[in-house]
Amino acid sequence: MEERPSTFLRLAAPLRGFVQRFTYLGLILAAFGLMLVGKADTVLVDRARTHVTDAVAPILDAMSKPVTTFTRAVDNVRDLADIRAENARLREENARLRDWQMAARKLDAENQAFQKLLNVVPESAVSHHTARVIADSGSGFSHSVILNAGESQGIRDGQAVLGNDGFVGRIVGVGSRASRVLLITDINSRIPVVIEETRVRAVMAGNNSGRPRLLHTLPSQRITPGQRIVTSGHGGAFPAGLPVGIVAAVTDGGIEVQPYMSRERLEFVRAADFGLGGILESNDRADPASGGK
Amino acid sequence: MRREFFLRLDRLARNLTPFGLTLALIILGMLPVRIPDYASVAPILAAISLYHWAVYRPHLLPFVAVFLLGVAQDMLSGAPVGLFALVFLTFYGAVVLQRRFLAGKSFLVYWLGFAVIWFLATLELWVLASAFHVTLLDMKAFLFQYLVTAGLFPFVAWIFLRWQQAFLQQA
Repeated sequence: MEERPSTFLRLAAPLRGFVQRFTYLGLILAAFGLMLVGKADTVLVDRARTHVTDAVAPILDAMSKPVTTFTRAVDNVRDLADIRAENARLREENARLRDWQMAARKLDAENQAFQKLLNVVPESAVSHHTARVIADSGSGFSHSVILNAGESQGIRDGQAVLGNDGFVGRIVGVGSRASRVLLITDINSRIPVVIEETRVRAVMAGNNSGRPRLLHTLPSQRITPGQRIVTSGHGGAFPAGLPVGIVAAVTDGGIEVQPYMSRERLEFVRAADFGLGGILESNDRADPASGGK
Repeated sequence: MRREFFLRLDRLARNLTPFGLTLALIILGMLPVRIPDYASVAPILAAISLYHWAVYRPHLLPFVAVFLLGVAQDMLSGAPVGLFALVFLTFYGAVVLQRRFLAGKSFLVYWLGFAVIWFLATLELWVLASAFHVTLLDMKAFLFQYLVTAGLFPFVAWIFLRWQQAFLQQA
């Protein structure tokens, strides 16, 4: 095009500048429009996002493998350096855990006996689907990761996602071979939680930083740093008792939570289907018989 | 006839490199790197690519392509859709306006140009993202992300300059 300017192009040159400027403004407006649509119709945007993620998933899957291998090799070398100290620490921990195991066995037996006595309704069985994290969006705009499993592997919208250390987030978009996890630290995340020892309820809200905050707590409720936080099971979206984090700081600005999960250590996670319909399926799985919206 | 066909194919491939490379950087930026706290400061490498092509070959990367790249970044990263489309467009437009000043200058000026314009773009990003969520987002993450991106600029830009000299001499 540049090499052979025809008469037409020479004549059209001033026009081209005009068209270009017009395109530019049009595209800026289109981007604004997209943001507005995204704000108004999240379902539509999520669906589009799912399709794009699905299309790129094989590339991400392949590319994330060498990264994983590399980081694992680095970890191995680092671990070798202090293997002796680690061994001693583990031995000590093992002894302590054995005590705990005995206590747990005793409590479990006791619990089962009581449950039988009281005719407790059993919680539905859990089925896990393990998947690998193939992408982490990074940045302060959103906290989400992409898994290499989708609808065909049994992943469903709204499932709770668990990592090695605890509750990680929930599934917010499922494609045929990839799905997106909204981490508990994302600004859109709201998790009903409870302080484990005092049973004080709260909602944990992400804010796109590493430390979510507790909302809807009363000043009279005593919350101190170090208390464990678990899911409360309210709302029926997640089962009760999944470990979430600990209270990190209580300030005037709010109550900060240090989650158990660490984003950079997410490698394999489990999407758990607890058989709870939850409040998330507003149109897909709504059951008219239950009367709920 | 055959020769003609391959020449055209060759030119097409060359003309697509700016778009292809930027898209590759977007995907590369998504990979989970397991370095503590990396995720919150992960650089936006695509910005460096956009800057390079805006200065040296803007005719190979039209505004529509920039828009599409922004949407791809939004879709993959989970950011509000349209956010990066808007920021990439304004960033690219600003650099294209300044390209006569930036092209052919010393590398330091070239780098400084990126640092200044991308800083303004980061501010825009922060303002837009905060407005979208109707809350003031933590600015620290954005600043650190900016620093990492600006710090990585020389490495990525050097590769791009090399690439351009090797493949796009006559484009």
